[in-house]
Amino acid sequence: MNPQWKLWSRQVWAVARLELHKSLLQRRAWWLLAAAPVVLTGGHSIMASMGQWGCSMGVDTRAFASIFQLFIVRFGIFFGCAGIFTTLFRGEMAEKTMHYYFLTPVRREVLAAGKYLSGEITALTFFVGGSALSYVLITLHWGAAHWQRLLRGPGLYEVSWYVIVAALACLGYGAIFMAFGLWFKNPMIPAVALMVWEGINPFLPSVLKKVSVIFYLQGLCPTDVPMDGPLALLEIISEPTPAWLAIPGLLLLTAAVLALAGWSVRSMEVSYGD
Amino acid sequence: MSDLHPKPPDSGARIVFDNVSRFYGEVLGVNRVKLSIPPGITSLVGPNGSGKTTLMNLMVGLIRPTEGTISVNGISPNDPQHLFQHVGYCTQVDHFPHRLSGYDFIYYYLRCHGYSYDEAKQRTQIALERLDMTAPASRPVGGYSKGMRQRIKLAQAISHDPSILILDEPLNGLDPMARAETIAMFRAWGAEGRHVIVSSHILHEVDQISDQVILLSHGYVVAEGEIHNVRSEVSDQPVQILVRCNRPGVLAARLFEKDQVVEGKLHIDGRSLLIRTRDADKFYLVLNRVILESGLEVDTVAPADEDVNSVYQYLIGEGTTT
Repeated sequence: MNPQWKLWSRQVWAVARLELHKSLLQRRAWWLLAAAPVVLTGGHSIMASMGQWGCSMGVDTRAFASIFQLFIVRFGIFFGCAGIFTTLFRGEMAEKTMHYYFLTPVRREVLAAGKYLSGEITALTFFVGGSALSYVLITLHWGAAHWQRLLRGPGLYEVSWYVIVAALACLGYGAIFMAFGLWFKNPMIPAVALMVWEGINPFLPSVLKKVSVIFYLQGLCPTDVPMDGPLALLEIISEPTPAWLAIPGLLLLTAAVLALAGWSVRSMEVSYGD
Repeated sequence: MSDLHPKPPDSGARIVFDNVSRFYGEVLGVNRVKLSIPPGITSLVGPNGSGKTTLMNLMVGLIRPTEGTISVNGISPNDPQHLFQHVGYCTQVDHFPHRLSGYDFIYYYLRCHGYSYDEAKQRTQIALERLDMTAPASRPVGGYSKGMRQRIKLAQAISHDPSILILDEPLNGLDPMARAETIAMFRAWGAEGRHVIVSSHILHEVDQISDQVILLSHGYVVAEGEIHNVRSEVSDQPVQILVRCNRPGVLAARLFEKDQVVEGKLHIDGRSLLIRTRDADKFYLVLNRVILESGLEVDTVAPADEDVNSVYQYLIGEGTTT
């Protein structure tokens, strides 16, 4: 490897290691957000195995699809990534510790890459791991049938897609929220605006639907979650984007936002106002 | 140890500010600063808000100039990858990352430099030893006293053996022993041909350590250079000279006859005379003649206001320093 790239890759890992050591794995909020669906699906399995309620495996997998799309992606990963990635730079500015990084011989883009990597290690560990575990747990009470479906039936295919969707959500939202942390003094304001935009996505015209992350993520999910109740009347149905276009599209969006963030870090100043 | 970081540059290397201004919105930070700082110990002196920290932050690229350019031994502050191979900066900011021990605080940032595990560990140990911080190194920095926090910041700033050391009020919070040791360290670094840029409001300490001073007031450089040269440029203030001899009263009378003295004060010990004169060179000639003519026994003849404190008072005149 080119010595320059070798140095940069060492520095990226060094920054990521420091970030993980000093904050990311220490915050309880991420654990709670990631653990909630695990507790929910695990609790369901325990109650079902105790005969507290009857259901079918099909109902369980559809229930998981709802939990995944409505809770894990829209709530857990969204807010988890907002918390993890907006604090990467803005949190350090608030704590007046950003200058320690800026006083090391690290290119600012390399610093951004290291911080993003640390955020992704945290987000992927918690939310992708949590999603996969939740999927496994929700049908666990079916015993042998569960393992048969998971290992030899459609279970492996489904869990793989949930993992891919959760990972893409972490990558995309992570890049966006890191950029928000660089561009805005209070990144929660644009984060809330993004949440509203992603929330009203089902009711937007097809053209606008495509200017979002959630539209592509939903299209990749292995099980559809049809909208119920009066809101279903307002939903505008659009053809989902095929996976071969959605996945590179989301990765491209992530790369573009990261490039912009890296460019912003280059001109960033550290002045704590005291 | 590996040579990730080059040796100190040659003594011709300079830190150059070329017409640099920095505004914080409407507020002036520094204005039209032109400086060329040679190696050695340079002190930035001025009251609070005079622009000392702004100047230091500009040097390292933490903030950017509104106008003008800066070069640190030929490297732009916009190039951190190369700049911080040579520069260590101990800021005044007294905040530290959460959950880091003193050891971690140095070690992890050294890893960011690109050092291997072994080398970062070795450099961390050396830096801790130099600042006598080995014993408390395993404790979280958050629990340190003010003096220990200052020392761990200094240890971090020198851990990669920089050729340019920038120190914003580095002696704050240090006890007298630690101050003496730290000053000795600065002197040794300056003597090695490195740049040591120090800001301080404790003028007698600045006097002890500085090869040159930069006096700042309200964002402007009021004077710069070796303190003797700066003093000699302050022509509107009579020069003060202290003479210790066996008959200071006689000396005073003879000097007033020669018309080279503005003011003379006899010291209470009866052996010293403090003279104020407008032309030091002529005064010394007259003094030699008077000593020979009167047969006085002279112990000492020394300038009494060639120090930072006096120059500071003459040029800035704000009574905020100690």
